[in-house]
Amino acid sequence: MRKASTTDDPWRRARLALYQALLLGTIFAVWYLMTEPVLVSEEFARNTAFFFGKPVLVLQRTIEWFVSGKIYEHLLITLVETLLAFAIGTLFGLGAGLWLALSPTASALADPYIKAMNAMPRVILAPIFAVWFGLGILSKVALGITLVFFIVFFNVYQGVKEVSPVVLNNARMLGASGQQLLRTVYVPSAMSWVFSSLHTSVGMAFVGAVVGEYLGSARGVGYLILQAEGAFDINTVFAGILVLTAFALALDAMVSVAERRLLVWRPAQGETERL
Amino acid sequence: MTQPLGAALSLEQVTVTFSAPGRDSAGYTAVRDTTIVIAAGEFVSVVGPTGCGKSTLLNIAAGLLEASAGDVRVHGELLAGINREAGYMFQSDALLPWLSAHDNVALGLRYRGVHESTVRVKVTAWLARVGLGAHGHRYPHQLSGGMKKRVALAQMLILEPKILLMDEPFSALDIQTRQLMENELLELWSADRKSVVFITHDLEEAISLSDRVIVLSAGPATRPIGEFMIDLPRPRDVAEIRMTPRFVALHTQIWSAMKDEVLKGYAQSQHH
Repeated sequence: MRKASTTDDPWRRARLALYQALLLGTIFAVWYLMTEPVLVSEEFARNTAFFFGKPVLVLQRTIEWFVSGKIYEHLLITLVETLLAFAIGTLFGLGAGLWLALSPTASALADPYIKAMNAMPRVILAPIFAVWFGLGILSKVALGITLVFFIVFFNVYQGVKEVSPVVLNNARMLGASGQQLLRTVYVPSAMSWVFSSLHTSVGMAFVGAVVGEYLGSARGVGYLILQAEGAFDINTVFAGILVLTAFALALDAMVSVAERRLLVWRPAQGETERL
Repeated sequence: MTQPLGAALSLEQVTVTFSAPGRDSAGYTAVRDTTIVIAAGEFVSVVGPTGCGKSTLLNIAAGLLEASAGDVRVHGELLAGINREAGYMFQSDALLPWLSAHDNVALGLRYRGVHESTVRVKVTAWLARVGLGAHGHRYPHQLSGGMKKRVALAQMLILEPKILLMDEPFSALDIQTRQLMENELLELWSADRKSVVFITHDLEEAISLSDRVIVLSAGPATRPIGEFMIDLPRPRDVAEIRMTPRFVALHTQIWSAMKDEVLKGYAQSQHH
């Protein structure tokens, strides 16, 4: 059974949640007071509202998006781009990682280029992808893939290299063929590393999608922000940021659920369940 | 004495030299000119000071490692590649951590493409036989050290290998669990006497389990320096048999042969 830790105490947790809510409330209150001519001068309020927007208008805009349903189309596009970039980037990373980790020659040959490509600031590829794939979702997916690929690739590479030689020898003694070794030892070991980097790679796919949209698109949440920025509509920009943040949190929560299901075989930190 | 004819496993004049980059070009000779013959159905323990190349010998017998010189024969045939007749039990955790106990035991059968319904029946039977009938769904990290060893034992025995290679399999267990496991091993072994090569650094364990004990010299360039027949009656209880006068006599005899090598091995380990 799990050891009772301090975060398992419901009272403590409730109190912590309360403090967290208070902190958020305080930030919004300060934001409100700085942008309304209640405590500060009218000119100061006008200036801060120009740069930071007004919290009431930001929330109004956000609610309006959801009530009118205007936001769903854009959210869906961003979600599709994120998921496609994540799935394809993971597949490529897995394939390339397994291949290079198991083939010393290929690994030695590709090593400097992998390093160079990883060191390159890949967001700069976005304009090139826009030229290659147009302003539709493909160019965003491509950008996301380049971001996700390297995370997965390095994790898979590491995962294969870190396979316990004893486990490997055991599988060989039990009669595993080369292909069976790959399926039952290398891939599961690599996948555990991939799963542990899920949060990072999903986050990167999301960054790829939004940055791609921001640099040129006709739909998506990044596009909404770009439009509003062009019109100096700072409230809408902040509303977009708010929606993106909530969306990213939701994605992260989904990843946590997936992680818990897929990695049941791995001991949790501090877990002492035994029999 | 055992006859080379009808031998289950024989290492003939085996030498193993590891190339050591950075050191002298001659490399490191772990085992030199070693001949060991294991008869069918014989339980042989190999003892020696730590770091003397015991595991190297076992890896040669398993086909995981290729000898620099000399031959390995399995039932008279020259071994090339992995030894398919042998099961190997490792010193450290060798279970696949991402598979449940049930799937770990099933692994060898699945590699062989055995039909899934047969696999299930056999695995259930073997888990019950090693006393883990209720724990098949557990993952290795949810099992105690003793339970993991039982899973490893079932994983190896379910394939019915004719030769068992065991590399200090119980050395990580506490003494009570260890004696329980030793008795269980003897019981499973006596059911269909397989040939066993049991590596250990524990002389008492070696004597209480085996038909024959082979003593190795301290490394490098390990070779056998003594061979002792263990004429204790079977079935044995490993805890009780340690109290018998014959056991004590054998222990004294083998220890006197081993002592110098152990001291030599200790001095070398201090040196490095």
